[in-house]
Amino acid sequence: MRIAIVCAAALAVAPMAASAQQQNAGRDLAASCAMCHGTNGRGAVGYEPLAGMAKQDLVRKFTEFRSGAKPATVMHQISKGYTDPQVQLIAEYFAAQKR
Amino acid sequence: MNRTFDRRDFLKLGGAAAALAAAGCATTPQTRARVVVIGGGFGGATAAKYIRLWDPAIEVVLVERANLFTSCPISNLVLGGSKTMEDIRHSYDGLRKYGVQIVFDEALAVDAAKRSVRLERGGALSYDRLIVAPGIDFMYDQIAGYDAAMKTGRVLHGWKAGAQTVGLRKQLMQMKDGGVYVLSVPLAPYRCPPGPYERACQVASYFKKAKPRSKVLIVDANPDVTSKGPLFKKAWAELYKGMIEFRGNAKAIGVDPKTNTVKLEVEDVKGDVLNVIPPQRAGDLAVKAGLITANNRWCGVDWLTTESTAVKGVHVLGDATLSAPGMPKSGAMANQQAKICASAVVALLNGRAPNPEPKIANTCYSYVSADEAIHVASVHTWNAQQKTLTTVPGAGGVSSARNALEGSYAWAWAVNIWQDTLG
Repeated sequence: MRIAIVCAAALAVAPMAASAQQQNAGRDLAASCAMCHGTNGRGAVGYEPLAGMAKQDLVRKFTEFRSGAKPATVMHQISKGYTDPQVQLIAEYFAAQKR
Repeated sequence: MNRTFDRRDFLKLGGAAAALAAAGCATTPQTRARVVVIGGGFGGATAAKYIRLWDPAIEVVLVERANLFTSCPISNLVLGGSKTMEDIRHSYDGLRKYGVQIVFDEALAVDAAKRSVRLERGGALSYDRLIVAPGIDFMYDQIAGYDAAMKTGRVLHGWKAGAQTVGLRKQLMQMKDGGVYVLSVPLAPYRCPPGPYERACQVASYFKKAKPRSKVLIVDANPDVTSKGPLFKKAWAELYKGMIEFRGNAKAIGVDPKTNTVKLEVEDVKGDVLNVIPPQRAGDLAVKAGLITANNRWCGVDWLTTESTAVKGVHVLGDATLSAPGMPKSGAMANQQAKICASAVVALLNGRAPNPEPKIANTCYSYVSADEAIHVASVHTWNAQQKTLTTVPGAGGVSSARNALEGSYAWAWAVNIWQDTLG
């Protein structure tokens, strides 16, 4: 019974989820953020929590850091090191984390 | 993955290894892969945690000689007196909730053919993959008289946070007003490029309050300040006017505690507190394990996986590695490298290819007073042409100016990286 439920859940999620490799690509990129923003984007002091942030919000903030529209001490420099597809992967990963 | 223990092995082993083997037999199938991590610094502890986080089916054993983690980042503030040893000491207990098994023991040797690590007290530990994160050890023989001088306690490096941090703080407190603190910096590469200059700021900050006639004399083997130069020099001129003197191309070749002298190639300098930081190399275990590949000092790795270029199945992390271009030897960098390593180890033990495009970011803060800080940041990405990690052009940089906002971020950075590393 338990197996059946897990399978059904997996099937329901499958069409929306990225492939395993893409998931790991997002996970690995996001792990770099954890040093300041907390493991999986949770539990950090003094830095914005990233876990559970809506994907479009994170993408927007990242883009604004990159353009200089959003004031920053460090993120204007870090954000310039990531491509748009990489920012999408990072945002998808954190959006899927529990707050 | 074929870790097998027969009865004879079991009898040969003592203590920790046998206990772990027994626990393994009782609760898990024999095919379960085991990763042994030697060294619980920023690199090793992070790798141990993230492997368990990303694949709880892998058994992870962390071997660490000290019962508590002592952070080098923030340790300069202990010298300056605005933080204490309690602020920088942390328990390893947080790693247990991820299922990391912690063995407090000294790793003595690695047998790569048998995939086994020999411990001082706990027998031997077999592994499917080994992660070696031994930090640095010092090349005392490069400075005549150093070993003897250090044993008397008169000359300290304070470049591994711990007893020497406490000793150095005590010497600074006992120094008379009007005294000279000499800080000798080795040629790069060494652990934490901006560390010496942050230390100069912290000691000067203490002098300014407690011993205003005293001086900081930096004698640096490098031609100039090796990291965040303009920002440090501005802080020295504006916050500690007349207190900090910098001399470049001033390599220490000897110390004489009887005459309070540091002998340089070009001259001798005298001081009341002699803080001489010797040249460094990968930690002793890396030497014993045959992992040194560059200049008799550093461990070459494939930065795609952090696997040693000398010994298959062994990964090396942190300050012990031959750094990729533009990559500082820092706790932050070790924490980041550990995530490349964890991802690769999990993939390889599951029969998958490692992430083909690893990318990591570094941010290092330095306090220039008790509450103002500056940073350097960089992004490092896999470069398929050069087959190493290289910095992303146009990304990264340093602070525009020192300020208290970055000071508050710097403290939060420390709290958060300790948490990300230790649980």
